[in-house]
Amino acid sequence: MNYNWNWGIFFDLSPEGTGTYADMLLSGLMWTIVTALCAWVIAFAIGSVVGVLRTLPSRAAQAVGNAYVELFRNVPLLVQMFLWFFVLPEVLPESWGTWLKQLPNAPFYTAVVCLGFFTASRVAEQVRAGIQALPRGQRMAGTALGLTTAQTYRYVLLPNAYRIILPPMTSEFLNNLKNTSVALTIGLLELTARARSMQEFSFQVFEAFTAATILYILINLVVVTVSGMLERRFAVPGR
Amino acid sequence: MRLKCLLPVVIAGLAVAPASAQELTGTLKKIKETGQITLGYRDSSVPFSYLDGSQKPVGYAMDICHKIVDAVKADLKLDKLETRLNPVTSATRIPLIANGTVDLECGSTTNNADRQKQVGFTNTHFLTATRFVAKKASNVSKFEDLKGKTVVSTSGTTNIRQINEYNTEKKLGITILPAKDHAEAFLMVETGRAVAFVMDDVLLASLAAGSKDPGAYMISADALSKPEPYGIMLRKDDAPFKKVVDAATAAFYKSPEGKATYDKWFTKPIPPRDINLNLPMSEPLQKAFAQPSDSPDPAMY
Repeated sequence: MNYNWNWGIFFDLSPEGTGTYADMLLSGLMWTIVTALCAWVIAFAIGSVVGVLRTLPSRAAQAVGNAYVELFRNVPLLVQMFLWFFVLPEVLPESWGTWLKQLPNAPFYTAVVCLGFFTASRVAEQVRAGIQALPRGQRMAGTALGLTTAQTYRYVLLPNAYRIILPPMTSEFLNNLKNTSVALTIGLLELTARARSMQEFSFQVFEAFTAATILYILINLVVVTVSGMLERRFAVPGR
Repeated sequence: MRLKCLLPVVIAGLAVAPASAQELTGTLKKIKETGQITLGYRDSSVPFSYLDGSQKPVGYAMDICHKIVDAVKADLKLDKLETRLNPVTSATRIPLIANGTVDLECGSTTNNADRQKQVGFTNTHFLTATRFVAKKASNVSKFEDLKGKTVVSTSGTTNIRQINEYNTEKKLGITILPAKDHAEAFLMVETGRAVAFVMDDVLLASLAAGSKDPGAYMISADALSKPEPYGIMLRKDDAPFKKVVDAATAAFYKSPEGKATYDKWFTKPIPPRDINLNLPMSEPLQKAFAQPSDSPDPAMY
């Protein structure tokens, strides 16, 4: 292959005038992490509520939960990004739409909301599976003790369910982290977008994407290590 | 059987021109052996290289590349040279050139000193400079007229950096909005949110020509940067191939056909929607056509 390797490129100044190419990639990494964490907060909150809705005795609550999951799980993430970013401001009242469009860092907020809602549908499925994996007797025991439904969930079902689903939740978090790269299509300058603009400016394609790959792997290894510690800390004793 | 038939021809060839037959290396050797040359095209670099109504790659750079293919065929004395077309994007063009999938990239790739460390470029086929597009009704024609106004440019481009530097240097108090792509930036001028869109002039021309009312827009005469050259990209350090390509493009640009091809794509309606870019050949480009050069230095043009 006729390719001019240049690993020193990371210490060259980028033409954006804000520092070296390495600085550019690291600023991308920062946006990736911030976006992933903010989206995860939304995903975990909504996902828990929707997951619980799907296991409640009420048929109406189940229907709402099902509708949410099927809507957000069955539309490709890329399409959802476009809908939130391009279509939403147009269907809102004009003054709201204008406000949204002129928001500083609009791609970031859009990416967080979109990714949060999307990942929530997946978290909801994990939560539902976790609750349904518990023996039926636990719910019955709660009722027999005179606990209300809310109390049964709060004190009996959820503390067990969350412990069971910790490993699959790690996977969901990793997916969430990697899915932030989809946001480059709406202009979020995260890690993949930065690697792309680096190769655009310097033409050192393989160096740029190798660096991005290594950064993704490193950050994901950190996540895996932390969640391994959490799993040991919260394991149900005796199981 | 086929080899035996060819043998006398090969021997005759060796006898006539022993040196040239032995010296074939790199891309020329590959083309001769496979009987194929691969052109890389872009799907939406209007009017350089893009897909027309029937999904066939056409454009100004494609026309030039077909000329180069004819020259290569003549140089290698081949009866038949198959032209294969391979789509490329801004992310894939370098790896595909480097690993030998694509022999010539026919598009709108800027030739600069940094990129020459990685690939080679043939003679410049276009020059672009940073200008702005504005509505004729808003009465701005020079960069100084933008003082205190709101302008838009595409984020992540060198153009937005140039307007930022210009603004700081001249203390003009211009508000500069970043847009995520060219279409959105142009929309901001169309809807009046920004008075001007600062970008490569050729992109502005195609956006204005494709708009609802092309007559309502004007492109500034003065430019923020020196003209930057576009070149057809080929593998680095392949001097014999580059020599053939350079000779072919130089001859083409100097001939009346070069000018005619330029006019065909930049001053006449082009497919698929019959828009007219109305971009007559600039003076620096006329000079670059008279004295073809592959220099990446804007000061040379």
